[in-house]
Amino acid sequence: MIKKTVANVREACEGISDGMTFMLGGFGLCGIPENIISELVRKNIQNVTCISNNAGVDDFGLGLLLKKHQIKKMISSYVGENAEFERQMLSGEMEVELIPQGTLAQRCEAARSGIPAFFTPAGYGTEVAEGKETREFHGKMYVMEKAFEADFSFVKAWKGDEAGNLIFKGTARNFNPAMCGAGKITVAEVEELVPAGELDPNQIHIPGIFIQRIFQGENYEKRIEQLTVRKRN
Amino acid sequence: MALSKEQIAQRIAKEVKDGYYVNLGIGIPTLVANFVRDDISVEFQSENGILGMGPFPFEGEEDPDLINAGKQTITALPGASFFDSAMSFGMIRGQHVDLTILGAMEVSQNGDIANWKIPGKMVKGMGGAMDLVASAENIIVAMMHTNREGESKLLKECSLPLTGVKCVKKIVTNLAVLEITDGKFHLLERAPGVSVEEIIKATEGDLVVSGVIKEMEF
Repeated sequence: MIKKTVANVREACEGISDGMTFMLGGFGLCGIPENIISELVRKNIQNVTCISNNAGVDDFGLGLLLKKHQIKKMISSYVGENAEFERQMLSGEMEVELIPQGTLAQRCEAARSGIPAFFTPAGYGTEVAEGKETREFHGKMYVMEKAFEADFSFVKAWKGDEAGNLIFKGTARNFNPAMCGAGKITVAEVEELVPAGELDPNQIHIPGIFIQRIFQGENYEKRIEQLTVRKRN
Repeated sequence: MALSKEQIAQRIAKEVKDGYYVNLGIGIPTLVANFVRDDISVEFQSENGILGMGPFPFEGEEDPDLINAGKQTITALPGASFFDSAMSFGMIRGQHVDLTILGAMEVSQNGDIANWKIPGKMVKGMGGAMDLVASAENIIVAMMHTNREGESKLLKECSLPLTGVKCVKKIVTNLAVLEITDGKFHLLERAPGVSVEEIIKATEGDLVVSGVIKEMEF
């Protein structure tokens, strides 16, 4: 067994520096690497490019980095829930690249899998395709999209073991698996870290080969963005 | 009378067939789930990674790890499954999802759709809309026939930045059910009490009206 555990978030984030490109898992505030985001804020890393489906809210998730002006560029599919984001984007303080959600996921997966580029129908005929190679296959037009290049992938899983194997829960899975192994170094934070052998190999979602560092996170807030409930009869 | 948003959703629900996997967009499309007949088997997909999406949870049973693409807390029905975003869009691009229902700001007579960006205003992003419209075989657009100023949203050409080209085939508005074929809108049904003339007046794009146009049934 190759051990991937590190003691804590500080050790997990060793080697990060200004100007790097990070991938961060999560959809809205669901399944985001909360501990790592706090560490990025604490270390005050500057001029980072973040590849993340969303940009958090004003006071949580990537919104915490935004507030401290640490983000130079965001690559996302939807950024609607954040007033500070809007202000920095409109004032030109921060660069924003909006791309289709499936393209974002596939550009992560491609990076992980050694596929430099691929063709997708998403965005053909729109401004997303401007300046990109297009090609016809079976009578339909496709746009060439390239794999991302990132220095670190930061992901959050439900359970993990010392070997770096990961299991996700519910829709907190989202972008996390595709980002595992997509950056040069993948750091996973988990709610529960167990010894090797405790997780059933049949149930592993992401094998440890894609993970370089794993640690057990603490004080998870797991905020709900839109609480919707129904009354009992 | 023009239809309410609920009635638009109710009319669209009739297009949902037994055995369909369906992706619902935010807004009116979300309401469609409330009107699907309960004697047919349908599974709702949410692109953040669930098939078999159920209703909102009971108070106190919400789970922060279980949300839909609108970031609302939801439940999972028996037979549900979770998956990651790459697989989710594989399902969508691979045309395994039978029906996509989404909203639009504008639709053109050749089936172009614009629903993600108004230049000069805050741009929130396209989310999964571009992947959905570029891939789905069967797309129904739920929208108001005109904007607040009374201007048509069914146009010869879209004026807003496009989400996808030549992809919309069916539209349900507050006034009518329409189909797009051969680069034209075709009027199929009208809302109860709405005249064909009113629909013609509210449609800027080329509109084909042939034969007697019946009122919608719910």
